[in-house]
Amino acid sequence: MSNAARHGTILEGLRKVGVTGIFFVRLLFACVSALARPRLIIAQIYNAGGRSLIIIMLSGLFTGMVIGLLGQDVLRRFGAETALGTLAALGLLKELGPVLTSLLFAGRAGTALTSEIGLMRATDQLTAMEVMAVNPMSYVAAPRFLGGFIAMPLLAAVFSVIGLYGAQLVGVQLLGIDRGVYWSQMQSSVGIHDVTEGIVKSLVFGAVVSLIAVTEGYHAEPTAEGVGLATTRTVVASSVLTLLLDYMLTAVFL
Amino acid sequence: MTDTENQHAPSATADDAVVDVRDVHYSIDGRAIFSGLNVRARRGLITAVMGPSGTGKTTLLRLITGQLFADSGVVAVFGRDIESLSSSQIYAARRRMGMLFQNGALLTDIDVFENVAFPVREHTDLPESLIRKLVLTKLEAVGLRGAADLMPAELSGGMARRVALARAIVMDPEVLLYDEPFVGLDPISLGVILRLIKHMNQALGITSIVVSHDVQELATIADQSYLLSGGCVVAAGTPQELARSDSETVHQFMTGSEEGPVRFHYPAPDYASQLLGADEG
Repeated sequence: MSNAARHGTILEGLRKVGVTGIFFVRLLFACVSALARPRLIIAQIYNAGGRSLIIIMLSGLFTGMVIGLLGQDVLRRFGAETALGTLAALGLLKELGPVLTSLLFAGRAGTALTSEIGLMRATDQLTAMEVMAVNPMSYVAAPRFLGGFIAMPLLAAVFSVIGLYGAQLVGVQLLGIDRGVYWSQMQSSVGIHDVTEGIVKSLVFGAVVSLIAVTEGYHAEPTAEGVGLATTRTVVASSVLTLLLDYMLTAVFL
Repeated sequence: MTDTENQHAPSATADDAVVDVRDVHYSIDGRAIFSGLNVRARRGLITAVMGPSGTGKTTLLRLITGQLFADSGVVAVFGRDIESLSSSQIYAARRRMGMLFQNGALLTDIDVFENVAFPVREHTDLPESLIRKLVLTKLEAVGLRGAADLMPAELSGGMARRVALARAIVMDPEVLLYDEPFVGLDPISLGVILRLIKHMNQALGITSIVVSHDVQELATIADQSYLLSGGCVVAAGTPQELARSDSETVHQFMTGSEEGPVRFHYPAPDYASQLLGADEG
């Protein structure tokens, strides 16, 4: 890559951060007036959360089952199968729950948000609102951002709980670890700060993914190609940022 | 004429103009869209703004609604320069306007009834029963009371535009802006829309600005016409005056001829030499 091209990419990246930052501030102001429209926010919680529930539950179940299988195998080598409950709970609550939910959420709800807002832009719906003296920031963008922000931690919690049952299904029912030991080990070794870490992470991821999805949709080129590209950018940026922020937050909580 | 009358005369004409665009210059990415545009829409009249595609007719509507601001010159709406207004004042001015978009721009996630009710719900605290009556009245006016429960995706282009018209008038605006209202309509829908525009104007006294390139249709309803070309007004007057004009540009536009000052072909190198030179290139 030539120097000029590299500078161009860096500048473009910085510009994007700036645009998103300014948009975020405007969005926060719009959120204040959006709170007066609770019905819109509830509808968006359903859109982002309710409609993602099946995929989150299925993924949580399978993830938990894998933990059960892998955990039993690895722990058995050290004669510590009984610690499966601890492993599953810490792994799901602190890392897998928030991170995998965030990735799935970006793919399921984030793309839907971006393409919906992008198409509203392309079909003049946002302009029409402005001409009708309704601010599309507080009618369209803010409720969707808040809906995603609220739905994401709830989904992560569902993911983790279902995952714990998935791990129990494999570890206890299939591979014969004692049920009482599985749950009591979990109880004794998982503290409130572990749960807090998961909640904080899922709140941050929810805010970041929703912000990216709404920003990309709002600034999408009003063409079929532009909306498609914006949707792709939502998934890419959300996924990378989720993993990066996860590392940073894990370091902070250690 | 006395001195007093002299002093009153200018202000009286100024009040008469609901929208007054004076010497507006506007360019996008260095490309001049308007260079010295003057357009006035007088209260209670239908003003037509005509011109070939790409002359910035839609941009003009965006300037009037305060979505864009002129590089220089004045866009006065309801007697006040729109650029001098705060954003809440611009929103207040927009509540007195209605705009019909070319594709309707209906909100696709709510049905026809809710689309028409949308501005009312956003700007008033009217009880549900009153909103219902209001919306059904407006839908009846555009002949679509029976379509109240349909979703926008289920409407034809002409129906969508009529619903959008009902939505544009539901707040009883003083000014209605029409962006290419005749494009892509079948003859029946076109006739209906034409009659509706005339009716809104005559029965409700709504000042109308119609932006279009359908000369024949506009000629039947417009009180005042402007012909735009090359960023400014090349002719103004009643449709009859324009039809009698001996200006070549006006004549070309009114008769739809390819030959004339307005070039049909986008600037290109010489046709023969480009075709013959293609193999060598």
